[in-house]
Amino acid sequence: MNAILLTAVWGVVMMFSGVFIKSKTAPKYLAIAGIIIIFIANLLELNAFGIGVLHVNIDTKEMLNISSFNLSFLAVVFACTLLFFLLSGSDIEKVGDDVSEYFGLIFFVLCGVSLVSTYNTLLLLFIGIEILSIPLYILTGSDKRNLKSNEAALKYFLMGAFSTGILLMGIAFIYGGNNNGSFYINNLEMGEGPMPAMIAVGLVFMVIALSFKVSAAPFHFWTPDVYDGAPTVFTSFMSTIVKVAGFFAFVRLFENAFGKVQPQWQNLIVFITVLTLLIGNVTAVFQQSVKRMLAYSSIAQAGFMMLAVFALNNTAKEGLVLYAAAYSIATIGIFAVLIKMNDYTIDGFNGLAKTQPQLALCTTVFLLSLTGIPLTGGFMSKFFMLSAAAETGTRFWLIIVAVLFAAISAYYYFRVIQAMYFKEATTVVIDEKEITRGFKITLAIAAVLIIAIGIYPEFIIGWMYH
Amino acid sequence: MGTFITFPELLLWLPLLIALGCFFIKKESVTKSFALLGSLLVLAIAIVSLSYTSAAFKTYNDVNYIWLSHIGTSFYLSLEGAGRLLALLTAVCFPIIFISTYKNSYKNANAFYGLMMLSQCGLMGVFVAKDALVFYFFWELALIPVYFLCSRWGGEKSIQATFKFFVYTFTGSLLMLTGIIYVYLHTGTRAFEDGTIAQHSFALQSFYNTTLTAGEQGWLFWLFFVAFAIKMPVFPFHSWQPDTYDQSPTSVTMVLSGIMVKMGLFGVIRWLIPVFPLAIPKVTTLVMVLCIAGIIYASCIAMVQDNLKKLVAYSSIAHIGLMCAAVFAMNEIALQGVMIQMFNHGINIIGLWIVIDIIEKQTGIKNMSQLGGIAQKAPALTIMLVVIAFANIALPLTNAFVGEFMLFTGVFKYSLWMAVISGTSVILAGVYTLNMLQKVLYGNTNAVTENMKDISLNQKLGLGLIVVMVFIFGIYPQPMIELTKTAVSVLVSK
Repeated sequence: MNAILLTAVWGVVMMFSGVFIKSKTAPKYLAIAGIIIIFIANLLELNAFGIGVLHVNIDTKEMLNISSFNLSFLAVVFACTLLFFLLSGSDIEKVGDDVSEYFGLIFFVLCGVSLVSTYNTLLLLFIGIEILSIPLYILTGSDKRNLKSNEAALKYFLMGAFSTGILLMGIAFIYGGNNNGSFYINNLEMGEGPMPAMIAVGLVFMVIALSFKVSAAPFHFWTPDVYDGAPTVFTSFMSTIVKVAGFFAFVRLFENAFGKVQPQWQNLIVFITVLTLLIGNVTAVFQQSVKRMLAYSSIAQAGFMMLAVFALNNTAKEGLVLYAAAYSIATIGIFAVLIKMNDYTIDGFNGLAKTQPQLALCTTVFLLSLTGIPLTGGFMSKFFMLSAAAETGTRFWLIIVAVLFAAISAYYYFRVIQAMYFKEATTVVIDEKEITRGFKITLAIAAVLIIAIGIYPEFIIGWMYH
Repeated sequence: MGTFITFPELLLWLPLLIALGCFFIKKESVTKSFALLGSLLVLAIAIVSLSYTSAAFKTYNDVNYIWLSHIGTSFYLSLEGAGRLLALLTAVCFPIIFISTYKNSYKNANAFYGLMMLSQCGLMGVFVAKDALVFYFFWELALIPVYFLCSRWGGEKSIQATFKFFVYTFTGSLLMLTGIIYVYLHTGTRAFEDGTIAQHSFALQSFYNTTLTAGEQGWLFWLFFVAFAIKMPVFPFHSWQPDTYDQSPTSVTMVLSGIMVKMGLFGVIRWLIPVFPLAIPKVTTLVMVLCIAGIIYASCIAMVQDNLKKLVAYSSIAHIGLMCAAVFAMNEIALQGVMIQMFNHGINIIGLWIVIDIIEKQTGIKNMSQLGGIAQKAPALTIMLVVIAFANIALPLTNAFVGEFMLFTGVFKYSLWMAVISGTSVILAGVYTLNMLQKVLYGNTNAVTENMKDISLNQKLGLGLIVVMVFIFGIYPQPMIELTKTAVSVLVSK
């Protein structure tokens, strides 16, 4: 509850701060303060400090379900957002004039994230997804004078509106189809044997709509254009925190609502998983722009996260939280470096190791993590996902397919490493003035976090069993 | 129990510390001597550990840290059997490599030596790990420093060559990971000292005790075997190897060919055959045919090679193929031979690379046809090369003779025909090795070799050590046989 309330309140605070504070740098510090407060409030609710549960208690008629699992996921989200603000906060200032609004919108997105990770009824799922999406449409188009940004925003909005419609229709079918006539996801009575037709249709619609939100194939077509067109700082936010929140909603819905009929829809998820892995990985290989490559890589990583929806067991849930952390930290880190580059192509990274060895080293850690090399969080999270999928005892071939695609992903991640370390720079790759000491230190902390997750993931998983 | 620090810990963490130290030293000469001294220290520890092999010293050789106990894994290291032998090989090779390439200078020498020591750490980890997840960790980690070493300090085509190598091995490793996960899910519970009870277990012993059906073992075998076969490499997974050896800086090639390929054999011995005993009878023939086809194929290609580095690379494929075939022959003498030969092959091939490096550094040429007459200019080099080349053909009195003799005996016990066919590889080895000696050393000097100088003191020392080992283990191999005896008998009884 703390998180939902505070994020909403802080969003409003940020919005109004624009009216009263004229300084351009002040909103960033206000936002950082806000996210720290929210993070701590969330940890208090999780009882992470061992001083008892401190939280605002409102009777929601069980429309929200707050558990350690949800809260630990939210803790990861807020920690990643804090990292995002610290690394890229000054780049948000450069997008346009309405700095405080951008931060305000991000807090509203976080409010949506808090809702979709704690919802207990289909209605709140819908509201959460809308609160999460609408600010994103605005953020995508925030670079007003850039045609690509406008195109991306329009595309995203149209496609998003469409998928929202499908989601709503799915909810309606499920509401009408279940015997209890209930919106509560843990109270959908659908009888024994095969699902009723209405429920089945509703379920497929929900899969489509949520696949759209997490950019799983074949509903991923908006992703590269939107991620490419949006201002890079917001791409970083969208492709990490928002995406993993979508997955969290996905897993919660399927676990609570459709967990009992898992064999009936598993084939559908398997199909989406394999297709997502295929399209994401294979297309990423051909990209020349790192930004676009990261867009496809985010599709590829989504394929791995789909394994959690496929498996739906405890390992999958642990894996998803780990994945959220490892993937978000690594991607935010890479984007933070990418924003500072003069040239977004892979060749633009040539010789970075010579001029900025520390940046190159951290980026390498992030890329190795995304590839899934041991000692990084990426390996641990992939390992948990694969174990979860194997634990189901069916379709072992799926995890073999998944690792083969992970091997392909090495190709495009390592191209960046090759550019940084083994190629000579032709032009000035990075503006030295942009790289402050604080930026370097924060980036190093992110790299250390990645390795810490890789060595001892229990410090995150431990939260889940508080 | 009262042991402050154990041997496996020392062998693992010391290289890591030295590596980290290297990164922070600015001066090249200081880095070199620091890395050399460090590797000598590791060697000293490995030698001291040899006097603590008996079962009475278990507490010196075993260590178990708590790590992720809720999923049934722990950081379990143990120095024993084949792992001990290969850890010793790793410890022996690095100082030799450092000594004999002491005069080479590298850009960013601190990073070079740091990465070299990191790869030693990774290799040690592979050889001492007794927990599947830890094993997989180090299996992959050993690769990363080597990837950077080859790409950054290698020849002009090294980026592509190394990347091919990386993708090959990474794919293999990932397949093995899926196999590990499958086996893991079929193990029993594991109780830890702190009271945690995990559903499944990654411990090596639990892997040995699984009750997988013959059918499951049949396909799991291939998931593991592909990873190991790529690393060795066994035909038809070898195509990364000649290019990588050719393009890497020579000291890295030595690590790759001397030690890293043994990871594959070691994997088969510790993690494959005992884990899937039911699969072995069904696959033996196929694997052995692959190995023997590889032996003949690689030997034939080696005969027509002009590039010295590729010649040694193909000759290595042939030797490793023979070792792999012998492992699958699964009798005591063959396995004993494999153990000995893993060590000997490591020593010999490093010797060959040192010589090739000397020739290439001095003349800038690695094609045999352009060389000649080196014997007149560099007599010491010639003597060393001749001895090492003879060891490569497995002439009696050299170390490889003992090993190969046992290998052939083992293969012979399994199948006469296979022994006959693989036996021709000795003749082929004679052909290409002697051909190489003739072209490189003898004949008249030409414009290229006219100004050849004899080897310097550090190179004499490095090669001298190798020659001494060639003879010692050729004449008196008993200690090595003793060292691995228990490991072999355990394996055979499986």
